[in-house]
Formats: sequence, C-alpha cells, structure tokens
Amino acid sequence: MRVGLFIPCYVDQFYPNAGIATYQLLVKLGVDVTYPTGQTCCGQPMANSGFEHLTGDCNNLFIDNFAEFDYIVSPSGSCVLHVKDHLHSEHAEVQATGIRNKVYELVEFLVDILKVKELHAKFPHKVGLHQSCHGQRGLYLTQMTELVAPYFSKPQQLLSQVEGLELISLSREDECCGFGGTFCVVEEAVSSKMGKDRVKDHLVHGAEYITGADMSCLMHMEGILKREKSNVKVLHIAEILNAE
Amino acid sequence: MSRDKILAALQQNQPELVPLPPDLSFEKDETIDLSAKFKAMAEGIGSKVYEVADAEEIKRLIALDFPDAKRILSNVDEVVSDGIPAFILDADPHSYENVDIAIFKPRLGVAENSALWLTEDLMGVRALPFITQHIVMIVDVAALVPDMHTAYQVIGDADYGFSTFIAGPSKTADIEQSLVLGAHGPRSMTIFLCRF
Amino acid sequence: MNEATKTHPELSEIFNQDEARVDWHDETLWWIRQKRDKSAHSIPEWERLRETASQIKNNVLSGLAGYLTTFEKNALANGIVVHWAADAAEHNRIVHDILKRNGIGQMVKSKSMLTEECHLNEYLEEQGIDVIDSDLGERIVQLAKEPPSHIVLPCIHKKKEEIGDLFHIHLGVPAGTSDPQILTETARQHLRETFLTRRGALTGVNFAIAETGEFVVCTNEGNADMGAHLADVHIASMGIEKIIPQRKHLGVFLRLLTRSATGQPITTYSSHFKKPRAGQEMHIVIVDNGRTVQMGREDFRASLKCIRCGACMNTCPVYRRSGGHSYHTAIAGPIGAILAPNLDMKKYADLPFASTLCGSCSNVCPVKIDIHQQLYKWRQVIVKEGYADTTKKIGMQLMTFTLSSPTVFRTAGKAGRWVLKHIPFAVNNKFNPWFIHREMPEPPAESFGEWYKKNVKKNS
Repeated sequence: MRVGLFIPCYVDQFYPNAGIATYQLLVKLGVDVTYPTGQTCCGQPMANSGFEHLTGDCNNLFIDNFAEFDYIVSPSGSCVLHVKDHLHSEHAEVQATGIRNKVYELVEFLVDILKVKELHAKFPHKVGLHQSCHGQRGLYLTQMTELVAPYFSKPQQLLSQVEGLELISLSREDECCGFGGTFCVVEEAVSSKMGKDRVKDHLVHGAEYITGADMSCLMHMEGILKREKSNVKVLHIAEILNAE
Repeated sequence: MSRDKILAALQQNQPELVPLPPDLSFEKDETIDLSAKFKAMAEGIGSKVYEVADAEEIKRLIALDFPDAKRILSNVDEVVSDGIPAFILDADPHSYENVDIAIFKPRLGVAENSALWLTEDLMGVRALPFITQHIVMIVDVAALVPDMHTAYQVIGDADYGFSTFIAGPSKTADIEQSLVLGAHGPRSMTIFLCRF
Repeated sequence: MNEATKTHPELSEIFNQDEARVDWHDETLWWIRQKRDKSAHSIPEWERLRETASQIKNNVLSGLAGYLTTFEKNALANGIVVHWAADAAEHNRIVHDILKRNGIGQMVKSKSMLTEECHLNEYLEEQGIDVIDSDLGERIVQLAKEPPSHIVLPCIHKKKEEIGDLFHIHLGVPAGTSDPQILTETARQHLRETFLTRRGALTGVNFAIAETGEFVVCTNEGNADMGAHLADVHIASMGIEKIIPQRKHLGVFLRLLTRSATGQPITTYSSHFKKPRAGQEMHIVIVDNGRTVQMGREDFRASLKCIRCGACMNTCPVYRRSGGHSYHTAIAGPIGAILAPNLDMKKYADLPFASTLCGSCSNVCPVKIDIHQQLYKWRQVIVKEGYADTTKKIGMQLMTFTLSSPTVFRTAGKAGRWVLKHIPFAVNNKFNPWFIHREMPEPPAESFGEWYKKNVKKNS
C-alpha cells in the first residue's frame, strides 16, 4: 500500500508541524508514505468563492501528483471533502474518479483503513475537541447533533487511546467556528464573533489545548486566542496522536 | 391569463415524474397507555385534565373552576343544566363575543400531541371554539388514537366545511420567548377524559 | 447609503456592534434549536419521517401543474373562488379588487410570508385600505414600522422593554411596562376589537390539499381563525408550492412542522378550511412570483419543497449572529439565501456568501433540502453571471495563477512568511480584515515542503 501525503497549502506554509506529525505518525504505523513535492493546493478557496471554473489547472496538478498512489491521505477534512466532491478533469476524468475514491482525511484513514486500536501516544492535558464542519458533516467523522441517530466519533476514538488525555465536554458540541474560507474576511464581523464564541466554550470548560482535524479552524481560533492573550494553544490532532 | 401562463411554465420546467413514497406506516408502540400519554402531553401544553366518571362530575367541576362564568354554552347533550344551556344557533357569530365557557365533544384525540379533532358540525358555529374565553373539551377515551397518521386514517375522506385540531389553550411566545397562555383564542382549555 | 442598498456583511457589522445584544439573540435562537432537538429525539422514526416528507414533496414538484389543476377543481366544487397571480403586483391587485367589490376598507391579516414577499400591506395602504396584522409578533413589527426578522418568530430581535415602549406609544400601556403577560393581554384586547369589527380577513396557507380542495392554516394564537370566522370575506394567499397531494399526508407534515420550528409537538390550532361559512365568500389566490422560474433551475428547484418552518434559521450560526434584517429580504437565513437570488440575482448576490457552508441547515430541514450544497452552487452561478466584485475576481485569478504552479506557490509562500517575520506591520494593520479581531499566524522557519526535502527526501 503506497500512500501519497497531501499537505494543505496553508499547513505547508504556516503550520508545518501538523504536516510533520502526520508524516511521522503514518511512518510509525508502518505506512509507505511519500510527499509529492510538486503539489500546491486542492483549489477549495477558489471554488468556495464561486470560482470553481478557474480550478482546472489546480485539479490537473493535483491529479499529476497523486494519481499513482493507492491512497491519498491529508490532515484536512475540508480539503479532502473538496477533492471528493469536486475533483474533475476534462482530459483525465478516469484518474480524477480514481482519486476521489481513494482520498482520505487522516482520522478516517487511521480508523477505517489502518483500523488503529492502540496508539503509543501520551498527552497528559485537558483537551477540547473541535468538530470541523466539513470533516464532520461531509466526511462523517463524528455524528451530527441535528440527527436522531446513534452517536459515534472517530477523532474521539483515537484521542481515547492517548495516555493521560482528558477530553473536556462543550456546551455546543458541533457549532461552526466561523472560518469558512474567504468568509473569514468577507464577513469579518460574524466570522470573528463565531470564533470568539467557539473559543469561549473551550475556555469555560477548562481546555488547555484545542484540537481538531482541520488546521484552518484551529488557525482562526488561535488568532483569537492570541488576541485575547490566552495561554491556551491549538494543536492539530496529528500532533497529539504523535505525541510521546 | 396568468393561470395558463403558470401552468404552461410548470409543464415546461417541472422535472420527470417521481412517485410518492409507497409506505406511510410508522411503528406504533402498542403498549402505550393512550390515556396517560394524552394527559401528560395535554398538561405539558397547558391544558387542565380531569379523569371523570360521569357528566354530573363534569358539571360540578366546571362550577367549581369557573364560579364567575356568566355565559356558558354546551354543544354536548350530556353536559347541559340550568346553568349550562345547550347551544342555540344565532346567525351572527359576533353574538357569541361574550361567551365565557364553551363546551365541545371532539371526534377524536391524538395522544402524541394532545390534539383534539373538532369538526364544524360539533362546533355550533365556527367562531365559537376561538371566541370563547375558556374552552372545555369532553373526550371519550375510546376516541383516543396514538398519532397523527392514525388520526387521518380515522378521519378518512370525511366531508366537512371546516374542521380543526385544537391542542391546548391559545398561546404566544412572541415576547422574548416568554410563554403566555391566552393569546387571541381561549385563555384556558379544560379536558374531561371520560367513557361516554 | 440607505438601508435598502446595504449588503449582508455591512448590515452584520452594524448588528455586531452591540455584542451583548448579539449574544442575547444568538442564545435565544440556539435555545429554540435545542427545543427542536429534544422534540425530534422523542420521535424514534424522525429521520424516516423527514425522508418521507422529502419524497412526498419531490413527487409534488414533479407533478405540480396537475396537482394545482386538481386542487382548483376541488376547491371550486367546495365553493371557494380561485384566483391565479403571476407576480406580486397581480396578487396585490387581486386582493384589493376582492375587498373593493365588497366595500371593505379595513382588513385583518394573519401571518403570511408570501404577503411580505409581495409587500401587500404597503400596496393596500396606498389604496386607502387599512390593514392590521393580528399575529402578536407581526403586530409588534407593524407598530415598529419594520419587516419581520424571522418567518416564524417575527420580532425575535426585539426586547420586551422595546415592545413595552411601542405599546406605550400606540396602545396606551403605562411607560416602562415590560411584563409579557400584561403586554399580551393588552394586545388581546386591542386585537379582539379588530376581529369583531373587520369584515375582511386574509390568511396564509400552510398546506393546500389537492385531493380535497381544502387548505390548512396553523397558528398558536388562534388569530387566523378569529379573523376568518368573523369576516364576511376570507382571502387565503398561497405560493404554488404549498400543495400536498392527499389529506393523509398531513399526518407526516403536521408531525414535522412545529417540532422543527419551535420544538412543540403541534401548533395549538391546525385549521382545515374546506368550504366558506354560509353567507361568507372564501377566496384563494395562487401565486407564482418567480417560483416557476426556480422550478426550471435544476440545481435549485428543491428549495421549493420548503414548508417555512424556520429550523434552518435557528440552527444557522451566521443568522443567529447577524439577525434576519441583515439579509434585506422577506425570507432570511439559509433558505432565503437560496430563494432570493432567483428573484433578483444582483440585489441578493451577497446572500449565498453569508455562510461558512457548515451544513447544519440541511440536517434540520424537515424536507431534506440540500441547502448548503445549493449555497455553494449559487456562488458559482453568481460569479458566472458577473455579480462578483472586481477585486475578488482579480484576487481569485491571482490565486489560481499561484496555486497552479509549484514554483510560484513556493516562492509566494516563502515571500509571505518573510514579510510576516520581518515587516509584520505591512500586514498587521487595519487594512487587513483578518487583523481586526485576530492575530496573524506565526511564520515558521521553514515550510513542510522544505522540511521534507531536508529530512526525508535526501534519505530516500
């Protein structure tokens, strides 16, 4: 099984530790993982802003980089959802379809494909788990509170394998953080208010760290935490699962 | 003609015909005590519920609960007395403006939401169940059904000019979500659960 | 710039200037969402109910022309007069004509979002007809000379003290009154007078049954009934999509509607109007106003399944923190954002972007409209039709250029990190909207790509 590692553009540039932890974790679990160096972005920022019609070159670049792998894994629910829903190519549709069927977000890859039952990780801290919307409602990482259906949570399942970690409960388990891509600047007032409220929920319940499967949400909340001069830090879930 | 324009536009724009879902049956919990469930729902919504043995008990409790009522009208033959005259039709619905209590016997009651199905022929006049200050419902427990699906099965293709489900006293929460009973319809609903 | 031309982001910014008020608005609507959850969870077959309702509505849309003619035939046989209106203006004229013919100069109206859409009240006032809205929330916003901000909870944006002030000015309650019981009692007395004296009543339509030619009106207050049963003329306004095929389908919809809207098991009154009262005229006005156009839009047609419950508004984290008026349209929130662009794409181009596409709305929709997916698709249409602003267009083309080439991407990224590290004030200033309430991320020493090249690639 050859895995291609897809690192979101902003993780590559601003949060390399999330990418490094993802890489190291997969290697630890015995996965043959490669990072194709010609990759850039999945095209989501343009598509979500109404410019899907400009993403053709981006899509083709993605296909060029990743078509050869058995699985493509990424530490980002929203990027993976975008590829799953929107990766198409005028001249490489067969490969695009192939990729859409084998692209996985990290948590779902660990739970559903590698079926990880035991992680040798230690993180003795109080942690708040943020359910990033696209991963949750798009990729079904965790049950949605709107639905009358049995509970499950793949990220929680993995975090429960981390020694010493105490998961805090929240008042609103799956409310959006307000990042939303270009929404964060186009609708700045509402976006920052949503982020502020989300952060407050974690602070009020005693979180020392806020984690999740999407660095974009965490980046947004970190911006607010730092502005509020809080000691609470954000960490991508890969960094916690990889912690020793 | 707008009618023709609209229908033509629809004929052109509507999608391929999609069939209705075949199955409208939903699981019923046969063990539920309909009377108990109905009572719990009705009280939760704001009605007062009495379980009574006979019509005399009803008349007694009405007198007790509404000592100041001046005009009471009954659409229920069993619940009529000197103080509670039977309903007499007046062509002008406005003439019922000063009714304090109106008594009705609905055709059926729905346990899942305490809704009572009152058809026009049981109302006297359409305005009465709404214009009265207080409404009293005589509910035969044998007429209780578990849910809305069963209710509509029982209703079938009955013909009526007007009918309504009444689930409790009129209410509103429009002012800062504070629940207030007694909006424009009756201020209170009293339900007598009985077996006649 | 007047209110009418402000966009959602601009209006939301104003709304967010009073943070305590935003918290109050948000918490109130979240509480209603929680009541909806509790109610839904008490029905084990809830998700199957939603699927059933969705399929019924899919069937309705696919056969709407036939259902409407069947409904008309049956309604006529019941003695109801049936009118058809192509647009808002025609609807308003029809209503006016009916009132004029009957010598009616004063009308009482119960809740109808369709009439908000058609601006009926303003039109009638211009024709010299006085209209009083009888739903308490609607009466309050009418006195305040505002439109409703929520389709089910018209004055959810108003505090009881503000309502008290309005009632002091218009209904004579003592200054400073804010007790909801007292205010409601005042409205009861005031509106009772209205019901008893007005000969014309207009209601909305929650459901119109094709099979029987009857229509259902749901209220908690009893105001629709008080108006209709005392009036000589009852007019009911309905959008073409309010049709459901058979009476028994009401079992499905009445179980879903109020639980989705407010968490109650059912509204106090679910009134089935089939025939006019003896001596009364009953009219129904069937309105298009852009719905047949939406029907022709394959990606957006499903928005016509909407039963106007408002659940999407209650769950939407953006709506709760921006308020209905920020959408500057009759129907706000997520459903409004996918209905309005069909009516005027230029005017409502901002609405599909007033969302993070979180998807919560689609999950609470009782008829399973794919709201968040339609929001995404509307964005593509709006940009293609040319309604994206130029700066965004240029920014996007620049982004495409950068992200389509690995070398350009790496260089741009490195440059960005250098700027942040060495001249942060170039970015950390008031021209950077991110920076208004957030710190920028720390620029790392190296990107992931650079780390990988150094630590992994050379070893392979």
